[in-house]
Amino acid sequence: MEWFLANIDMVLERSGQHLVLALVPMVLGLVISLPLAQLARQNRALRSVVLTASSLLYTIPSLALFIILPTILGTRILDPLNVVVALTIYAVALLVRAALDAFDSVSEDVGQAAVAMGYKPLARFLRVDLPLSLPVMFAGLRVVSVSNISLVSVAALLGIGNLGMLFTSGLQRGFITEIVVGIIAILVLALLMDALLVLLERLLTPWERAGKIRPGLVPAAEGDRA
Amino acid sequence: MDQAMIEFQSVTKQFQGGQPAVDNLSMSIAKGSITVFVGPSGCGKTTSLRMINRMVEPTSGTITVDGKDVTSVPAPELRRSMGYVMQSAGLLPHRSVLDNIATVPRLNGVSKADARRRAEELLDVVGLARPLAKRYPSQLSGGQQQRVGVARALAADPPILLMDEPFSAVDPVVRDELQQELLRLQKDLAKTIVFVTHDIDEATVLGDRVAVFAVGGKLAQYATPEEILRAPANDFVASFVGRDRGFRHLGFTASDGVTLHSVPTIVRGRSGSGTDPDATSGWQLVVDEGMRPLGWSTPGTSTGLIPGGSLFRPGESLRRALDAALSSPSGLGVAVDTEGRVQGVIRGGEVLALIEEARQLRQAAL
Ligand SMILES: Nc1ncnc2c1ncn2[C@@H]1O[C@H](COP(=O)(O)OP(=O)(O)OP(=O)(O)O)[C@@H](O)[C@H]1O
Ligand SMILES: [Mg+2]
Repeated sequence: MEWFLANIDMVLERSGQHLVLALVPMVLGLVISLPLAQLARQNRALRSVVLTASSLLYTIPSLALFIILPTILGTRILDPLNVVVALTIYAVALLVRAALDAFDSVSEDVGQAAVAMGYKPLARFLRVDLPLSLPVMFAGLRVVSVSNISLVSVAALLGIGNLGMLFTSGLQRGFITEIVVGIIAILVLALLMDALLVLLERLLTPWERAGKIRPGLVPAAEGDRA
Repeated sequence: MDQAMIEFQSVTKQFQGGQPAVDNLSMSIAKGSITVFVGPSGCGKTTSLRMINRMVEPTSGTITVDGKDVTSVPAPELRRSMGYVMQSAGLLPHRSVLDNIATVPRLNGVSKADARRRAEELLDVVGLARPLAKRYPSQLSGGQQQRVGVARALAADPPILLMDEPFSAVDPVVRDELQQELLRLQKDLAKTIVFVTHDIDEATVLGDRVAVFAVGGKLAQYATPEEILRAPANDFVASFVGRDRGFRHLGFTASDGVTLHSVPTIVRGRSGSGTDPDATSGWQLVVDEGMRPLGWSTPGTSTGLIPGGSLFRPGESLRRALDAALSSPSGLGVAVDTEGRVQGVIRGGEVLALIEEARQLRQAAL
């Protein structure tokens, strides 16, 4: 506790770095996955390619990716860009699937109704499919958020600044307290992000929580008038 | 009235690797009338309907609306000029009732305020209370959702309404109500309505003209309901219309006033009840422990359980009552309560007498 208070600035700074490294790839992953999933939805061949590729990508060990990427991207090994790119790849792998599931969760009838009313394809996607797929999409985002926050710490092994550095330095110095603080900080970060996502989902999908209104609120004779 | 609004000219639709879903359909739908497509499942009713608003494109042939080929207008624009109501209402779950109704005007570029004002008027038109406007579709009953579906289809005041089994998912009482209201609305609005159903009763109640489709997407008969009931064009139409044609209108006479008689019952596997089987010529109704009817038995025969006919619930139409009596091997229609428990039996002769009485009352009223 004393150590934590003495080093609070450092822990906060590392948390900030950690958050940026986890969040930026999540947002990028989302921006890439949504149109990709929409295309895959319309094309059977592309759909199976996307699904296979996404499971393959996710099996690449993160450390390997952090080390290989600099040679591919021509970046320095210490460049945080490597982490961003690597985690974006994982995020896309998870989110394309989630987005496909999310779009599939929109009822066929609703889609047909939108077409029948004269929505053009892009308007239908943006104003019908996208909002209605949010609940399933958010489930995917929550997985990615947790997964990214935990994966970022691996990058500390390469010396890229984040909360994982509390592990590496704690280990080198044989100082348990620092490791424990690191674990707790990562947990708190993951929980906070999750809570934030839950809150955001609630704000964006008010219809999901519209409970059954008791018939008494509207006179039955009026509501169900013959 | 016979000015054509929608015309099918030798229209065929064949989905990949199948029989034609619609086979060389030619028909003309009159302006301001209700035309009903009726037929068994899979006979191409929905496909025909959806070719009108180009949700399905024909393999060959042309469809014209108001004399213009439907393919001459971009599909989204064409669709906005036709209201579409479907079985599941298909309301947008993330929009309030009001915004659902306002959808097509909004797509047409009407301002939000104007579209909502129009939507509020439509709530009145379809008989929905104003406080329902702010609810989401999931907070409505099935019947209310269907009303919103109709209001939404009317919102842009299109000359044409396409309705695909709009009332089949609601219970029979609400369905009757919705049918009557559609007829009432149509009196004022005089839209050209194409209405799909698989229920010949609904077809004859609603249709100015009825198109009976046969499996394979062939038009079997296209005529007024009276003509179809009186003179079915072929065996298929005759059997689809049913044996009891001519009694169709009875479907709308309430059956209150049918006398329930007691009936000797035996619980399966036990001895008989107290009532004297002589009163029913020896017929006994076999029931399960919960008093639900299983079939009939008669002491003279050793065959055991004889399957019963259709069941009748007091309050249903006279036609159902007559059906129950005529389809029963004992000539006694079994009346059950809402839980399916036997309440008693009705006699065919008495039901017929009531029907005759109702007929005379109707004639006196004319
Ligand atoms: N998108 C499609 N792809 C392939 N076949 C189809 C498609 N839509 C319909 N069909 C086939 O076309 C035939 C007619 O279908 P349609 O939906 O028009 O029947 P329907 O008369 O509306 O039946 P129901 O009363 O069950 O709604 C059926 O055999 C159906 O399987
Ligand atoms: Mg159909």
